[in-house]
Amino acid sequence: MTKPLKQIHLAAHFPGVNNTTVWSDPRAGSHIEFSSFAHFARTAERAKFDFLFLAEGLRLREQGGKIYDLDVVGRPDTFTVLAALAAVTDRLGLTGTINSTFNEPYEVARQFASLDHLSGGRSAWNVVTSWDAFTGENFRRGGFLPQEERYSRAKEFLATANELFDSWHGDEIVADQATGTFLRDARAGAFVHRGQHFDIHGRFDVPRSPQGRPVIFQAGDSDEGREFAASDADAIFSRYATLEEGQAFYTDVKKRLAKYGRRPEELLILPAATFVLGDTDDEAAELAREVRRRQVSGATALKHLEFVWNRDLSAYDPDGPLPDIDPDPGEEHIARGRAQVRMYRDPVAIAREWRRLAEANHWSIRDLVINTGNRQTFVGSPATVARTIDDFVQADASDGFILVPHITPGGLDEFADKVVPLLQERGVFRTEYEGTTLRDHLGLAHPDRAGETRAAS
Amino acid sequence: MSSTSSSPSSPLHLAVALNGTGWHPASWREPVARPHDLFTAGYWTDLVQEAERGLLDFVTIEDGLGLQSSHFLDPDDRTDQVRGRLDAVLTAARVAPLTRHIGLVPTVIATHTEPFHISKAVATLDYVSTGRAGLRVQITARPNEAAHFGRRTIPRITTYDDPATRDTVAGLFDEAADHVEVVRRLWDSWEDDAEIRDVTTGRFVDRDKLHYIDFHGKHFSVKGPSITPRPPQGQPPVTALAHNTIPYRFVARAADVGYVTPHDPDRARAVIAEIRAEQEAAGRAAEPLHLFADLVVFLDDDPALAAARRDRLDTLAGEEYTSDARIFAGSPTQLADLLEELRAAGLTGFRLRPAVLGHDLPAITRGLVPELQRRDVFRRAYEAGTLRGLLGLPRPANRYAAA
Repeated sequence: MTKPLKQIHLAAHFPGVNNTTVWSDPRAGSHIEFSSFAHFARTAERAKFDFLFLAEGLRLREQGGKIYDLDVVGRPDTFTVLAALAAVTDRLGLTGTINSTFNEPYEVARQFASLDHLSGGRSAWNVVTSWDAFTGENFRRGGFLPQEERYSRAKEFLATANELFDSWHGDEIVADQATGTFLRDARAGAFVHRGQHFDIHGRFDVPRSPQGRPVIFQAGDSDEGREFAASDADAIFSRYATLEEGQAFYTDVKKRLAKYGRRPEELLILPAATFVLGDTDDEAAELAREVRRRQVSGATALKHLEFVWNRDLSAYDPDGPLPDIDPDPGEEHIARGRAQVRMYRDPVAIAREWRRLAEANHWSIRDLVINTGNRQTFVGSPATVARTIDDFVQADASDGFILVPHITPGGLDEFADKVVPLLQERGVFRTEYEGTTLRDHLGLAHPDRAGETRAAS
Repeated sequence: MSSTSSSPSSPLHLAVALNGTGWHPASWREPVARPHDLFTAGYWTDLVQEAERGLLDFVTIEDGLGLQSSHFLDPDDRTDQVRGRLDAVLTAARVAPLTRHIGLVPTVIATHTEPFHISKAVATLDYVSTGRAGLRVQITARPNEAAHFGRRTIPRITTYDDPATRDTVAGLFDEAADHVEVVRRLWDSWEDDAEIRDVTTGRFVDRDKLHYIDFHGKHFSVKGPSITPRPPQGQPPVTALAHNTIPYRFVARAADVGYVTPHDPDRARAVIAEIRAEQEAAGRAAEPLHLFADLVVFLDDDPALAAARRDRLDTLAGEEYTSDARIFAGSPTQLADLLEELRAAGLTGFRLRPAVLGHDLPAITRGLVPELQRRDVFRRAYEAGTLRGLLGLPRPANRYAAA
């Protein structure tokens, strides 16, 4: 094997509104004060990470008809907090999740173009789709979009936004004070888009930004989602962080690129990953067990079982055996505002398997959720974690990771201090930023107008 | 406290309206103008920091959902004026961590935007500025901006004073009032102490302190609650510019600060009386409502220089600059005289529109402000940590909290 070492890409996901985040830890800080975001972003930049990542959900989650109260609730507006973070960082990429269903292209394009200007070329857009009337209740058009049209709208939304970004070439503003010519071109920003979802025309009002277009992320896992990523995205925020699953996903997605005339390196695969560090592997394993117990309280365990059972299980004892009744196959799901519940495509089979596992291992409900739920991706000493990450990337199970710490805002500090230097010693992670834009960090080409690309310098 | 009104002892409030390189269309051609920096964070940071050095209450940032135009309702294809701009909320957020005291009041357009998004954006601006956010609400009747969204057509306004025009404009302002109502309810949809982090029961929030707002209106219905907790100020100040009865009514119903454009003290008294009457009709007579006059300013220590600068810019532009607001060209002392005279008519503050930002903003902060301080009508240091505090507005109780 003479394959050259791949350089690893690392990103920091601000701890979110899942039970991954241990808000009950005494070290846990605010999820809404700007100081938490600033601390987190500065740590990521100190560690030379590629970017910071923010998720978004446009309706507070509910379960059993009530607002879900066991996890962190509440978060800031994505664009606004990213613009503020641009003021306290210089190089870190700023990736925001923005929904293509409950927004309009003109407004989103001007927000991303503005963010790209205000950050000197560091913006990225994780394009997500939703269609549910539940979220729609917060917006003008309500639940207007059928589920099967969500990717068709997302694709057209992105294509339209790209037309707006490309409506300025970058050389229109001359601002010649002597002659009085501000614009070279009287029609700068002119666009016409006539499509199934958008019929708009006029002139875009933000001149071309440093990156031309924000870096595009895609996070959906369905066949349609993968195809959307292969045709349109620069990076995928994936969920497959075991070696075998990661390699299978990596191969599947990268092979889809050819039919769009794209090369494998034009789409980065970056799974979400959690981690627990200890001085030794044994200590880390012990800490990881403790973190899992904090992530899954008895109450949380019951609620997670309800995702599969789709029934009110509040009468069950989380320290007792699993329910012997079967899941409710009803269409109306007990949990609302969660993408996660869609993963359970055959709840009856899952319930059967979980009962079998619980009986074989003498697990209570809580034990089961702790052991089958999202266990930490990387557990070990800094040396073990650095080696595991490197092996994973070199084995083409990913191009790097989007790390999701479980403590806000200090959960990344130890990784920055202890693991990053080891990756740098291995020669697989940058010791200094080489470029100024996020495209530079990710090795992505800078788009010229109309999708023509030039190599990143 | 009743409607905010001025008395000889009450302080005067001062804001500056940031707009490109300044309000005069030829301002970008002045050597101090920095037109090549317009789309950089540094440009906006410098301006707001200068305003903060002058202890101003706040800056507003102009915005729109289309390119600037010299026509009131239609786009133009001009190439001799500044065209293009950055989103005002994001610009304010970019500046927030680099300033400490000054209020940040971006323009948001109510007509085509989602109140849910605007509410959380301004709440977040309040978080990133630790209590210094406001918003300036504007409508748009421009057909070309409607075409940028493609969701509806807005009837074309042809003449200004016919019933159809009044209906169209009144409809847009009614929608804006609904928009503001939703934005405000969403800010209150979290009680201040909703986050409890109760380790014993495992509950992060007390969901009884999160509220559905259940707004139903002609243009939208919004369920809530917001995804963003109640902002530090509770209710960031809502501001709006108004020129006649329909927008006066909007200011009276929905705003904390109204910007008006009287050209003399008599007209100021008439406008104030009309808005106060509308305020009473809206049942808000007991609530504080600031009324600021907008003035375009050319400021030089030598008044002749200010007048000459105005002439020179008009010559460059090829036409005389006109404005909805009174245009003042003179010295800081003369401007201070005018502000005191207008204040005596009942205005509580002023939003100055610098003709050339690079020149007239420093003239405000370094010329006008010291003059007002000498007269004992303007602060000598920031006295509060929030924009509401600077404006003398108490932090409001939450409408949904049990009394």
